[in-house]
Amino acid sequence: MAIEKVDLTKLKPYGDTLNDGMTQVSFTLPVSASEEAKEAARRLAMKMGLEDPSVVVMKDMGPGFAFFVIYGSCKETVDFTSIEVPKVEVETMSKKEVEAFIEENIKRTVTIIGACTGSDAHTVGIDAIMNMKGYDGHYGLERYKGMEAYNMGSQVANEDLVAKAIEMNADALLVSQVVTQKDVHIPNLTELIELLEAEGLRNKMVVVCGGPRINHELAKELGYDAGFGTGSYAEDVASFVVDELVKRKLV
Amino acid sequence: MESKLNLDTTMIEEARKAARSIAEDVQYFIDEHTTVTVERTVARLLGIDGTDDTDNPLPNIVVDNIKHGGGLGKGAAFWIGNAMVSLKVGPQEIAEGIAKGEIDLMKIPVEKDKEIQSAIMEVAEKMVKRIKKNRERRDHDKELIGDGDKPYLYVIVATGNIYEDAMQAKSAARQGADIIAVIRSTAQSLLDYVPYGPTTEGFGGTYATQENFRIMREALDEVGEEVGKYIHLCNYCSGLCMPEIAAMGAIERLDVMLNDALYGILFRDINMQRTLVDQFFSRIINGYAGIMINTGEDNYLTTADAVEEAHTVLASQFINEQFALKAGIPEEQMGLGHAFEMKPDLENGFLWELAQAQMAREIFPKAPLKYMPPTKFKTGDIFKGHIQDAMFNMISIWTNQGVQLLGMMTEAIHTPHIQDRALAIENAKYIFNNCKDLGSEISFKEGGIIQGRAKEVLSKAHDLLEEIQRNGIFKTIEEGKFGGVKRSRTGGKGLDGVAKKDSGYYNPFIDLMLKGGE
Repeated sequence: MAIEKVDLTKLKPYGDTLNDGMTQVSFTLPVSASEEAKEAARRLAMKMGLEDPSVVVMKDMGPGFAFFVIYGSCKETVDFTSIEVPKVEVETMSKKEVEAFIEENIKRTVTIIGACTGSDAHTVGIDAIMNMKGYDGHYGLERYKGMEAYNMGSQVANEDLVAKAIEMNADALLVSQVVTQKDVHIPNLTELIELLEAEGLRNKMVVVCGGPRINHELAKELGYDAGFGTGSYAEDVASFVVDELVKRKLV
Repeated sequence: MESKLNLDTTMIEEARKAARSIAEDVQYFIDEHTTVTVERTVARLLGIDGTDDTDNPLPNIVVDNIKHGGGLGKGAAFWIGNAMVSLKVGPQEIAEGIAKGEIDLMKIPVEKDKEIQSAIMEVAEKMVKRIKKNRERRDHDKELIGDGDKPYLYVIVATGNIYEDAMQAKSAARQGADIIAVIRSTAQSLLDYVPYGPTTEGFGGTYATQENFRIMREALDEVGEEVGKYIHLCNYCSGLCMPEIAAMGAIERLDVMLNDALYGILFRDINMQRTLVDQFFSRIINGYAGIMINTGEDNYLTTADAVEEAHTVLASQFINEQFALKAGIPEEQMGLGHAFEMKPDLENGFLWELAQAQMAREIFPKAPLKYMPPTKFKTGDIFKGHIQDAMFNMISIWTNQGVQLLGMMTEAIHTPHIQDRALAIENAKYIFNNCKDLGSEISFKEGGIIQGRAKEVLSKAHDLLEEIQRNGIFKTIEEGKFGGVKRSRTGGKGLDGVAKKDSGYYNPFIDLMLKGGE
């Protein structure tokens, strides 16, 4: 049997046969479980673009709530060939390579300040990037030769971060935002950039943000040099920062 | 209980002794000091509540009046009692008078100690009786309606709107939850006052306010009757207002409180002198109110490595146990914390987790241990996350934990959606039922991996406790021994709210509540 080739201009989900469009969705409806609720879930799935949806699970979650798992065939396609996603365009170097890069191209200590700003008390992310120990076997910036890394911790006011940046004459700021409920991180991240601009510092340092709901595109939109999402390690951030310092002649 | 780990009982005794001496050492310091929030708590327990026109809580206004007049060292009860005798009005009227600028506590001529104390005692005893009634009501309801099996299933609600939270909590109770924790708005721990009234637009949660406590209590009592078991309400007795939140919880009949002696110091950068004094009074209240405290050792493992730093968790459990005993909390109310936070791809990691959980069970046999789910190595892959939670549930039923904080497959993505919670409860119920007597059926290999690991962790915790005993807790924290976090004795927030007690210091609640039931 001939195997069909993927048409990248009309990409759709794959289950076990090309272009079957198989998709699973699950959600809760705020009505009690009933045959009517099940039908409502099925119709909703059709409106989501699923053909022949089948409600494989309807779970009674007490009065007023029912949970559904649905399979259906997605009828929509996307043109994969036309997609461009802004990414951090720097090749990640290892810790040793970063250290060598600093020695060769910057020739002085690079000062990086990190903080979890605003009301955010979750330091897991900034700790993973900055602390000596790092995360998952990737050492943090504190351990890098040629770097002075200072982690201000949680719930740091943007004003305090800027004051520290001035005091330490920082080359780069790393801002971590974990709590992103109701988009609290957006005004907070924006405020930092505004403060830096008001102080005339924005162009003198590399400013980077990170967190599980942050990506490079959003970061750029908010006026940051880069954004790092989940799965980023210290060396990804370090590579970007040192490269950017050289590129922007901030050495 | 028969030991499966063959732990060295002498070593456990020595570790416990060291922890006792560490707590005693700090107790001298605690007994000599008070704080603004301790005194605001006294004001609250004397019935002072509400705010002025600009939303300043009255307990703050009263204590600020005393602090500015340099009278904090005598205690709020002394000054309020003095005003009661002199002005012949109750505490609330006095507070309102101060707010209006009509009364200055520090300018009222000082009456006789005996009269002051008898005026205060009348009000204080009423409040203590009210709290005792709440405790009896809880016991009575558990007897009458029923109580869930242990491990209790503990879930969180975090919509930011207390009315929405109440609805989600009821839904969770109907699905099988035993404890509902209402997540607090992210920045509350650093507020040096307790907000007032219901929260409808919180970030990351709602404020711990007395009104929010009342709204949730009512909802849980209602759903408890419906599902035929008592539903426990949990909140966060931490931050700069630890004892005030304890008092509010005692008044509104909360059942569980996160209440750690060291957490605020390490993870919220609250000054260590402040927290140590605050935790003592907060625990006296929690102890008297019959509230189960949950300690926060699990947090160490979010900043430090669960394999290498396992002994710091055990050492901290020993210390938390001793601090709690000092404040009159019985072992049955000590939800000592620990967590399932080892890296999932670790070879035999499950065995090491099992060793840790079983060890805590054997060392603290009466404590309803609070077991925290995997969070650090949750990635957003909900399918793997569900399995991680299943592994965690397996250990809990196997080692007979007391409180199971349910893991959510969507950890690292968002605060739980309604179905996340339902699926987590289903996961736990399935495993708890399917493996019910696993623990009593299986013993561990003599000298095997599990026994060896427990032995190693106990021995390291023992050595650490002896080292802390030599250096004192303040220095230990300054050196970053817990969670890898360093804090200085005079750094952090809230130090300016600490005051040395004067010779005439008066706080009737310490004695009234420490005497236990009566």
